[in-house]
Amino acid sequence: MFSGKVFGALAGAAVLALSAGSAVAQPKDKIKVGFIYVGPVGDHGWSYQHDVGRQAIEKAFPGKVTTTFVESVPEADSERAIEQLARTGHDLIFTTSFGFMEPTLKVAKKYPNIKFEHATGFKRNPNLSTYAAKFHEGRYIIGQIAGKMTKSNTIGYVGAFPIPEVIAGINAFYLGAQSVNPSVKIKIVFANTWYDPAKEGDAAKALLDQGVDMLAQHTDSPAPIQAAEARGKFGFGQASDMERFAPKAQLTAIVDNWSDYYVARAKAILDGTWKSEDVWGGLASNMVVMSPYKNMPDDVKKLAQETEAAIRSGQLNPFKCPIMGQDGKEIECKGQGALSDEQVLGMNFYVKGIEDKIPQ
Amino acid sequence: MTTFEAILLTIVTASTPLLIAALGELVTERSGVLNLGVEGMMVMGAACSFAAAVTFDSTLLGVAAGMLAGALMAALFALLVLGFAANQTGSGLALTILGLGLSGLIGAPFVGARRDPVAPVDIPVLSDIPVIGRLLFEQDLFVYASIVLTILVGLYLMRTRSGLTLRSIGENHTSANALGLPVWRVRFWAILFGGACAGLAGAYLALVYTRFWSPGMTAGRGWIALALVVFAAWRPGWVLIGAYIFGAATVLQLHAQAAQFGVPSQVLSAVPYLATILALLLLSIRHGRAIGAPGSLGTPFVPDR
Repeated sequence: MFSGKVFGALAGAAVLALSAGSAVAQPKDKIKVGFIYVGPVGDHGWSYQHDVGRQAIEKAFPGKVTTTFVESVPEADSERAIEQLARTGHDLIFTTSFGFMEPTLKVAKKYPNIKFEHATGFKRNPNLSTYAAKFHEGRYIIGQIAGKMTKSNTIGYVGAFPIPEVIAGINAFYLGAQSVNPSVKIKIVFANTWYDPAKEGDAAKALLDQGVDMLAQHTDSPAPIQAAEARGKFGFGQASDMERFAPKAQLTAIVDNWSDYYVARAKAILDGTWKSEDVWGGLASNMVVMSPYKNMPDDVKKLAQETEAAIRSGQLNPFKCPIMGQDGKEIECKGQGALSDEQVLGMNFYVKGIEDKIPQ
Repeated sequence: MTTFEAILLTIVTASTPLLIAALGELVTERSGVLNLGVEGMMVMGAACSFAAAVTFDSTLLGVAAGMLAGALMAALFALLVLGFAANQTGSGLALTILGLGLSGLIGAPFVGARRDPVAPVDIPVLSDIPVIGRLLFEQDLFVYASIVLTILVGLYLMRTRSGLTLRSIGENHTSANALGLPVWRVRFWAILFGGACAGLAGAYLALVYTRFWSPGMTAGRGWIALALVVFAAWRPGWVLIGAYIFGAATVLQLHAQAAQFGVPSQVLSAVPYLATILALLLLSIRHGRAIGAPGSLGTPFVPDR
């Protein structure tokens, strides 16, 4: 689904594409920025938040920047969509799902004069940046809240796929819970989809049926937290504030805030200062924002706020060493006092205390 | 409520939309028309039912709007494949693409709205029977409707003259036409019935299952309904069995993960598909004779004039 602007601006875009021929970056008066989303913008979650960022660009540079988006792009078929944007005169293209990594790289190599930004991946090129957010910082906080508040001593996690990004989130959540409640148990269900509201809801119900009373999710729709609300249990919003779907159940939400970053990157293109980078922002850079802490006792709220402040200031790292693997052996610490970024981005083990196995 | 009861209840919810949509498609296909647009009609049903339910604050109107939306989509399909004798495969695929796009447009103002759960119908006394009580006698109306619909479709196709007419048109439209049977009229209503059912299934998803609208929320259930019709060898009773096996396997694999049986989730995710195919395959082998598709399925009807 293309927004109509793609075709409308085709003619003008062709001129722009020609003028962008030189390899040296130069300031520009007018640019076009394109976005590829893995889900629909109405998913209330991941893609929705990226679209909020897109709208922020339009607001920040009225008349100077036009934006386009293509939503619900299957990862397997994304190359065509990315190339379509590249061929229609976009100066900067954001591809916003891990699965777009290889196609983005391929198209980026083919169009060296266009700048690309790929979310959550690790492959870069002189014209391809990567960016991601340290959601695990937020997950550590909600882990602590869950660990404090659980009555059944069992917390649950609906994951999308067993990939490093999700595994790191599960570990951070569990480490947070363990830090305040050493005996807490976790149950994990993978929906094997980023977006299928009914199935995500079923996954949540399965966990709730099996005694979970605190539910975290790493899928895109509000169905899991809504299931928690219907059962009178608690949950955490994912990607965007999901309070309206679960006013009683949402304790807080980990909100993805891409707006600041997107506006800065669009400005870099306008100024001619864009460089290929690898940005990994967290609470400190406002890329990860916690929505208001609600529906919890004051002492839990205070704990959450203190933890948030500690992470923000750099005092606390959710993956501070020592970290034990499931077998009880210490994981080699490659960063300074904590796991290195590479270790977190490529995480493929569960920490001690999680009794499940990672599906291989 | 015990865990066992809870699991059974979730299975019923997961199976019902598949059953309703598949029954509609079954009738359409039995009349000799292949409508691949189930997904599109279903998602339109979901969008329109939710929009109407929120606007008028009425579940009933929502359901009506969902069925109407599905039927209207089906009418468009009928215009193409009956009126212009267009290719059914192509028209059906186009209908799906149209439905996914149009539903996003219609649903856009309702993104973020939510509805309260539809209260289940509680049949007193009977619903207090242990284990099966709540399962059988405390469901929402859709669930009862889907079971009644299965029986009615079965009776209609196999026990009524009109059903016989529909089947014979599906088997051989040229002969049926020569006998003076109204091929176009019967097919038109069969297509419309299929659309209304798909719309109803969509309404169930948006109003009962998830209770919010988000684009593309059917997530491929229309395709599963289509596959169920084939694997059930165009028999209503088998569609019921297939839908419930699929629903059960979907829900049970999630429970298996939560219970930490240690089977990879990717394998478990494939179980619903494998189990359904296997079960319906066994059923048809046991039945001893090959049951093929309706003879005229998918071929446009262009009579000599």
